[in-house]
Amino acid sequence: MKTRYLSLPYLIWALVFIIIPIGLVVYYSLTVEVDGKLIFSWANYKQALTPSYLLALWRSIWLAFVCTVICFALGYPIAYIMASREYASKGFLLFLFLVPMWMNFLLRTYSWLSILERNGFINSLLRLLSLPEARILYTDKAVVLGMVYNFLPFMILPIHTVMKKMDSSIIEAAQDLGANGRTVFLRVVFPLSIPGVVSGVTMVFMPSVTTFIISKLLGGAQFMLIGNMIERQFTESRNWNLGSAVSVMLMVLILTSIAIFTVVDKDGEGGALF
Amino acid sequence: MIRLLKKIYLAVMLLFMYAPIAVLIVYSFNASRSRSVWGGFTLDWYAQLLRDKSIQRALSTTLSLAFLSALLATIIGAAAAVGIHSMRGAFKKTVLAVTNIPVIMPDIVMGLSLLVLYTYLFHFFPGIKLGYGTLLVSHTTFNIPYVILSVLPKLKQLDPNLYEAALDLGCTPIKGFFKVVLQEITSAIVTGAMLAFTMSLDDFIVSYFTKGDGDNTLSTIIYSMARRGVNPKINALSAIMFVAVLLLLYVINSFDPSKAQKANGLGLEGES
Repeated sequence: MKTRYLSLPYLIWALVFIIIPIGLVVYYSLTVEVDGKLIFSWANYKQALTPSYLLALWRSIWLAFVCTVICFALGYPIAYIMASREYASKGFLLFLFLVPMWMNFLLRTYSWLSILERNGFINSLLRLLSLPEARILYTDKAVVLGMVYNFLPFMILPIHTVMKKMDSSIIEAAQDLGANGRTVFLRVVFPLSIPGVVSGVTMVFMPSVTTFIISKLLGGAQFMLIGNMIERQFTESRNWNLGSAVSVMLMVLILTSIAIFTVVDKDGEGGALF
Repeated sequence: MIRLLKKIYLAVMLLFMYAPIAVLIVYSFNASRSRSVWGGFTLDWYAQLLRDKSIQRALSTTLSLAFLSALLATIIGAAAAVGIHSMRGAFKKTVLAVTNIPVIMPDIVMGLSLLVLYTYLFHFFPGIKLGYGTLLVSHTTFNIPYVILSVLPKLKQLDPNLYEAALDLGCTPIKGFFKVVLQEITSAIVTGAMLAFTMSLDDFIVSYFTKGDGDNTLSTIIYSMARRGVNPKINALSAIMFVAVLLLLYVINSFDPSKAQKANGLGLEGES
């Protein structure tokens, strides 16, 4: 039996619904509509490289970077503590950190809306203590907060997986050779956990840089990340050609960063989700 | 001392993860629409939610979509995995690279590229429109890779001698396949199917781009409600969904002996 042919339905499906759509986006990005006909042009890319788009792109990268750094700073200790001997048997705790991920993504984001808004939970609390109101909603801070809240588990999990697999005899050997706790961590544990950190960073950075919902709900309708720029071209402005060009730029950005991350994590032992 | 610090840190982080959900649930019982006033206990929002026809429709769309797309993806994906496993060389590499595209590509690009395709196709087939059909095709498209990627490792572990032994003992190739190969990969197929089901349930972006005007999934209906600001009905919905998620996880875990692994397998594959 030629089992190879079993994949035929999938190959056709992938051709029609994965490859051709991407081809069409690239095609749209390279054309403009004149009298109902599509004509080749670089105009979309020229427009996509104007300051307002570049600014949105820069802002997306910057906020995603800040979010990734915060997720790393918060998530690494969690993964480290969970993998330590006293918590190793408490798999349930790790599970607790992952449960919110199964909640609907939008509901998780929406929950911050009701906490941060002017009459929300935080401001009610502040008022109760007669402290001045905090204006967090519809700022960069709210957007980063929403990203961190949504993507933190993506940082914890791969780091934890790598730490769990770490050979404890290496750590013991370092201790036997006279290294103190700090040295063991800096020269043994941390270097060995780098693959996990790399996949954690990838998995937090990618969805943060492309999000348009978190920025729309927590940043307000005027908050423009690159994802919002694309979404607007496809919904309100109906300039699909320009939207396609910005999407192609986003795809290039993603592929470049994946290439960079793969070079760093050569052996692919980071327990990546992707 | 350090022990205590560790405990406090974990507690604070868990508080960060759960406080927003807890706040939502508490407010879902608040009789006052305002967030700052506690207007007394009520189940009114739940009653309103249950009476809401559009939410009921969205719920049934979401569930049937998740079920059907997972089913389609499992059939196509499992067959594809077996096929890909017997491929060799550059062709196999290409197919695997294509399989990874929907996983790596941002959802927004995935959604809009399908929207572009559908609109393009509508020129040739004016009869069809965006609707349940396009949603189903889109969800199946992003689900198939998850099935393939969970079945392939299992096929790699499979000892090829087993299948050959079955043939030597007189099985026809087809019978040998069903008795040996399929038996061995069933657990991976189930994991892939559940993964596909959850991915479909959780999806917002692809649905947002490829749904018709009339249809809504739970995600898209929450989005359109949330854009108009805080709404106590969403709080009630969140509370119900949170409890449903907890129940679902509990049921799945009580079926499976290797708990942690399944917990990873559902939302995330912890190990590559």
